[in-house]
Amino acid sequence: MAIAFTLNGKPTTVDVPPEMPLLWVLRDELDLKGTKFGCGRSFCGACTVHVDGEPQRSCRMAVSRARGREITTIEGLSEDGAHPVQAAWQEIDVPQCGYCQAGQIMSASALLASNPQPTDSDIDEAMSGNICRCATYTRIRAAIHRAADLAQAPPTSHETATGGSEA
Amino acid sequence: MTGADKAGNLSRRGFLHVTALAGGGMLLGARFPLNGARGAAAATADAEATLNAFIRLTPDGTATIMAQNPEIGQGVKTMLPMLIAEELDIPWRQVRVEQADFDATKYRGQMAGGSMATPMHYESMRRVGAAARAMLVAAAAKEWKTRPEKCTAGAGVVRFRNKSLSYGELASAAAEVEPPNPRTVPLKDPKDFQIIGQAIPGVDNPKIVTGKPLFGIDVSVPGMKYAVFEKCRVHGGKVRSANLDAVKASPGVTDAFVVEPTGSAAPSPSIFQVGLPNGIAIVGDSWWLVNEARSKLEVTWDEGPTASQSTAAFDRQAEELSKQAPEQDLGNDGDAAGALASAAKTLEAAYRYPFLAHAPLEPQNTTAHFHDGELEMWAPIQTPQFARGDLAKALGIPEDGITIHLTRMGGGFGRRLYWDYMLEAALIARQAEVPVKLVWTREDDTRFDYFRPGGYHFLQGGLDDSGNLVAWRDHFVSFGEGPRFAPSAEMARNEFPQAFVPNFALQASKMPLGIPTGALRAPTSNAISFVVQSFIDELAAEAGKDPLQFRLDLLDAAAPGTRTSFDAGRMKAVLELVRDKSGWGKVDLPEGTGQGVAFHFSHRGYFAEVVQAAVSREGELGVEKIWIAGDVGRQLVNPSNAVNQVQGAALDGLGQALDQEITFEGGRTNESNFHNFKLLRIDQAPPVEVHFVISDNQPTGLGEPALPPVPPALCNAIFSVTGKRIRSLPISRHDLSWA
Ligand code: FES
Ligand code: FES
Repeated sequence: MAIAFTLNGKPTTVDVPPEMPLLWVLRDELDLKGTKFGCGRSFCGACTVHVDGEPQRSCRMAVSRARGREITTIEGLSEDGAHPVQAAWQEIDVPQCGYCQAGQIMSASALLASNPQPTDSDIDEAMSGNICRCATYTRIRAAIHRAADLAQAPPTSHETATGGSEA
Repeated sequence: MTGADKAGNLSRRGFLHVTALAGGGMLLGARFPLNGARGAAAATADAEATLNAFIRLTPDGTATIMAQNPEIGQGVKTMLPMLIAEELDIPWRQVRVEQADFDATKYRGQMAGGSMATPMHYESMRRVGAAARAMLVAAAAKEWKTRPEKCTAGAGVVRFRNKSLSYGELASAAAEVEPPNPRTVPLKDPKDFQIIGQAIPGVDNPKIVTGKPLFGIDVSVPGMKYAVFEKCRVHGGKVRSANLDAVKASPGVTDAFVVEPTGSAAPSPSIFQVGLPNGIAIVGDSWWLVNEARSKLEVTWDEGPTASQSTAAFDRQAEELSKQAPEQDLGNDGDAAGALASAAKTLEAAYRYPFLAHAPLEPQNTTAHFHDGELEMWAPIQTPQFARGDLAKALGIPEDGITIHLTRMGGGFGRRLYWDYMLEAALIARQAEVPVKLVWTREDDTRFDYFRPGGYHFLQGGLDDSGNLVAWRDHFVSFGEGPRFAPSAEMARNEFPQAFVPNFALQASKMPLGIPTGALRAPTSNAISFVVQSFIDELAAEAGKDPLQFRLDLLDAAAPGTRTSFDAGRMKAVLELVRDKSGWGKVDLPEGTGQGVAFHFSHRGYFAEVVQAAVSREGELGVEKIWIAGDVGRQLVNPSNAVNQVQGAALDGLGQALDQEITFEGGRTNESNFHNFKLLRIDQAPPVEVHFVISDNQPTGLGEPALPPVPPALCNAIFSVTGKRIRSLPISRHDLSWA
């Protein structure tokens, strides 16, 4: 049965069993491998995507529930990795193995969309559904704060004055 | 890397060889003995280990460096190329890093394990870079008709007087230069380092944060089918019969069959501890559909002898063995029994730690394809060389007919030292006669691990009337049969405090085990540190001494003449540093908050750590902070990754101590997913402050040694608040309430 939704801004139709979890539709039918399988039971957050802007565990979301909705995956978060969360993640050098990080980034970007200046305890609460087996938690916290700053004062992409201009 | 090369002028020296690239530029390959290969021999079983490194320099000035070792998140894919680039003297932004495939004809020592990459490669990788630089300088000198000594090189450019040529411009000419002897090529003075010692972000970060396919589980090949593999829940059990026809009729399923290996020669018994893979493969067009079809399976199993094993039975058996004479003496100094009998004070305690799973976040997987009589695989594997040898035996095909493409790994922690899932995928692909991607569920991954073995220690300690430790006896009840311990269930005879206590006895008894065990990050140390450093804390309290000072005194008590690989001076230095940084004994902590300390030496690294924890009267535990002081030699190659590894290892140890345990009933693993095998979450992760002592010793690795001190330091902190000793893990099993 054909199911239509918007995926990373583009109209998308899939013909799969309606109870197939969105995770497997993304990974194996649409070949978007950024969304990860960690547990399949909503315990780890590796499969986090945005559904109408809200973070959702795609491993437990039947694709039929995506009908007519806007789905954003890590591949669609920005054109080129320039989303403040992605930029902060690179600047702070968060990843170890990297496997959880797409899910972390999707949860973090959803948090910042609703709470642009989260405290540490806001972060702990919003991110506690995302396991990092390598335990990069110290840097995840730091990177979310950094992303909050970047989002407030986005760095200009053309030449930025690097000295002397403000005597 | 292949195809573009033309045969070039091979060096007569045989150490380095250079090839002119078809499109211009040079390819430099290196082969010479690894620095530290002797130490690595135990890990690689290859005393003659040689290293090959490859640098490709193209006319656009880019240096492409092959990252030869598998990346499991330890940062090696960034670290080894940094060593080459430093001596090549090229700006890091002109460096590209490519993951090399497994290739025993090109590379040696392609493995991840034992925190070995830094000690093995620190100097040799630099020598490769330095040799390449010398060739570029020689090419420039020839062009300018001067002597190489008159030229200078740096930042990707060679200069002489007012002339300059970039490495890219020189690359083709350098391909004509005879490579120098890498053993004698001069290396930089460390004070001139530009790249080593800089915080360089992981080379795969841009791909990771944008979700590009990198991992084994992301592999896709044309015509590929998906597979799941159902095994007997009792470890080592075998299929008798199954309703394959019903499963085959399920939607999306194209095939279902019993997998029974047929190889003639026996592969490694340490990998196939419960025999070769046996179970039912379901193959089809969608992983989710084939996994759904599993619920239709009805299988009659031959459960085998392990069905009688359980955690409760192990506990009972260990208790009984502790009352009997130990089966085996592992080490004796002085006269422990006599000294215990005459000690001013004695203490006895029984410690226990559980089995643990590795739980890398990426479940085990492999894509396998038989074509043209050969096997091609894409696998997240820490030990491709050993895997290939074993696969060849089990499948009855020649080793050189197996190609292994290395993928990034979503964590390893030791799990991917074992290649059971690769053999499963190969057997399934052979029988299905199509390319197959096998992906385990989290439940498969948790149940069918090579667990960190549990263990039991029955300890006695004796103090003299000044409170000095004079006797130590440990009856270690572990797993194994005859003289052999189960994998990673052994204990080194020189484990601390051996050589620091005049009367020391380490004895062991063993229980048979039908469940696979193996190395988990900081193997043996991750368990033994908990036991030793907790009991030392008990003895310090008994002696009425400050636990940190008691440890410093103990480190001063090295028995004369007994040399161990353990350098007490280095350990004292980190212990003093962590004392000062944590404000040990100096800061006023509120009621209900306390600090605990522990140290441990493993993987050539010295680590002392302080944990600060709060325990409410009702027994609620909060870990507030961890301070770490470590000594891994004279140079941190990449400080950003170094701190990340140390913080991760410490929090890993914290997660283990708080709430992790694997238990068995009827030979089956009870735990199955993250709701009952609990990994640490961000709201449980305290800040971790990391300090290093830079000592004049060979740089060593950081993936493991920061982990072992955390569990005992936390338990010791809990004692300082509650007066309760935690003698078994995990802590969640204990009532911590206090009055
Ligand atoms: S895979 Fe969805 S929460 Fe773990
Ligand atoms: S970086 Fe490895 S699981 Fe998070």
